[in-house]
Amino acid sequence: MRNKERRINYKKRRSYIEFLYILPFLILVGAFSYFPLYGWIYAFHDYRPPFPITNETFVGLKWFQHIVSNPVRVNDILRVIRNTFAMSGISLFFSWFPMVFAVFLNEIHCRPYRKFVQTVTTLPNFISWVLVFSIAFNVFGSFGAVNSVLQDLGVISKPISFLKSSEHIWFKMWLWLTWKNAGWAAIMYLAAISGIDEQMIEAAKVDGATRMQIIGHITIPSILPTYFVIVMLNIASFLSNGMEQYYVFQNAFNQDYIEVLDLYVYNIATSGTGNYPLSTAISMLKSVVSVVLLAGANGFSKLVRGEGFI
Amino acid sequence: MAEHVINPKKSHMHRSIGDITISVVTYIVYAVFAFVCVYPFYYIFINSISANDLSERGKVILYPMQIHFSNYSHVFSIPGLLNAAKISVLRTVIGTALTVIVAAFLGFMFTRETLWKRRFWYRFVAVTMYFNAGVIPWYLTMKTMGLTNNFWGYIFPTIVQPFYIILCKTYCESVPQALQDAAEIDGAGTLRVFFSIMLPVIKPILATIAIFAAVAQWNSFQDTLILMKDQSLYTLQFVLYQYINQASSLKALISNTTSSAQIAASLAHAATATSIRMTVTVVVVLPVMLVYPFFQRFFTKGIMIGAVKG
Repeated sequence: MRNKERRINYKKRRSYIEFLYILPFLILVGAFSYFPLYGWIYAFHDYRPPFPITNETFVGLKWFQHIVSNPVRVNDILRVIRNTFAMSGISLFFSWFPMVFAVFLNEIHCRPYRKFVQTVTTLPNFISWVLVFSIAFNVFGSFGAVNSVLQDLGVISKPISFLKSSEHIWFKMWLWLTWKNAGWAAIMYLAAISGIDEQMIEAAKVDGATRMQIIGHITIPSILPTYFVIVMLNIASFLSNGMEQYYVFQNAFNQDYIEVLDLYVYNIATSGTGNYPLSTAISMLKSVVSVVLLAGANGFSKLVRGEGFI
Repeated sequence: MAEHVINPKKSHMHRSIGDITISVVTYIVYAVFAFVCVYPFYYIFINSISANDLSERGKVILYPMQIHFSNYSHVFSIPGLLNAAKISVLRTVIGTALTVIVAAFLGFMFTRETLWKRRFWYRFVAVTMYFNAGVIPWYLTMKTMGLTNNFWGYIFPTIVQPFYIILCKTYCESVPQALQDAAEIDGAGTLRVFFSIMLPVIKPILATIAIFAAVAQWNSFQDTLILMKDQSLYTLQFVLYQYINQASSLKALISNTTSSAQIAASLAHAATATSIRMTVTVVVVLPVMLVYPFFQRFFTKGIMIGAVKG
């Protein structure tokens, strides 16, 4: 009896000791992930950076009202939301691209060639947006490869400014995003394809199915569940394009069309006098909508496939 | 079974004209994809070693012309660039080491049934993947903690990475429990079990995580942009971005660092804005390119384990 008690005591002590081991890291999580949420109070104050917030600076919902009532601001926000929807919408619309890329890559039976294509198309995923921008600048600049070749061929007489214009900017941003990510995104589908039962394909071949029929009736249906999850994740992050890509590509010419929510939140805080409270207020609204989207997409996924992705 | 005889992939009996057309089109389309992904890197590299007066006018398209390597010795004499390289390497090495060991430890601890309130703390960490307070609250938090203009601002926020922790936890769960039990019967404590038993066993997943963490650290740009005003803390990515965007500062750099010897040198070797941009781009890409062949085999593992829910 005594022995048992001692063992329980020992177990209890051990469970606390184990907790102490992870405590320092929990504190880090608290400090860098949870504590910033406290910063949301700045959205309710007239905060000017060097001066601390006090009871006097408290302004309640002023900044939230400002978002919907100040005509200039309303215009800005509608423009930014339009850009966000355009960029995310194009991505969502073409979200099937990596899947199709993988399906046809799998149709290449020459192994070294397939391996080579897979290797080089995955590489851009591992370089930063700054490097992507540097490449864009060097290849598409006035004296870059593209303009040089086009001029030598006599297609154009003056260099085209690909980067310093707002023309087709949403689509161009999607192209860069795809250049960077498609090969990487395809790996997941390739793994799913390699999991397809070989016998099913053999049977179809024996029955005389063509390659397109096999793709349409076996390969694609088998990887649709993976695609579904990707679409749900896309919807969950519809408002969060991230700012890095758009920050590095932005300039005076394309500013009006490239500024997405994440970038706008940064720009209004850093340009001019820097409006911290407004930036925080918009971040807050964005976070709330994003959580709703995430929960919605996850719920929908549960409804359709019986399990969520969180 | 004489598989090679009946393998339909190799038999040409079922090949219709449609199948062959698909093959040809597929090979060509993927050759284009591969070219689009490889050529920009090749283009920048050949320009960085070609005569600078030719590269500036966009004359180097297919192969290097008048090869020289003075651009490389030149960029490292630019004040600040060597320091930026040092900061980039330091944050990559320190950040990756800490991220990996902490992911391994927490992943392991969250599989311990004995850990006090295990499920709660696991969720406490994992859920931070799905929300973020916004740029300004985060910046203000970092400022309060004295982590702006401080090298550790690169490190501390990145130590605990929920995604990697989930990967480690999933991996630890696949290791037979009997291994830990045996060690504990022999009297090993929690830490001993981790360091002597589990750490060697979970090495494969740690290698995967190390690669991804290192690439993320090396590529990181946004934290420098938001947190660091002190030039001695700029990273290579940030310096490259400045070189691309601020032609004026680049010209100042050139005139500052161009010695009389270099002025005397032929036009082909004198540094230009283009030559510096291209060369720095190669310097920043190179580390990723060098490790890339080694970590390719971790891709599928990295993505697939990530697809497993935590």
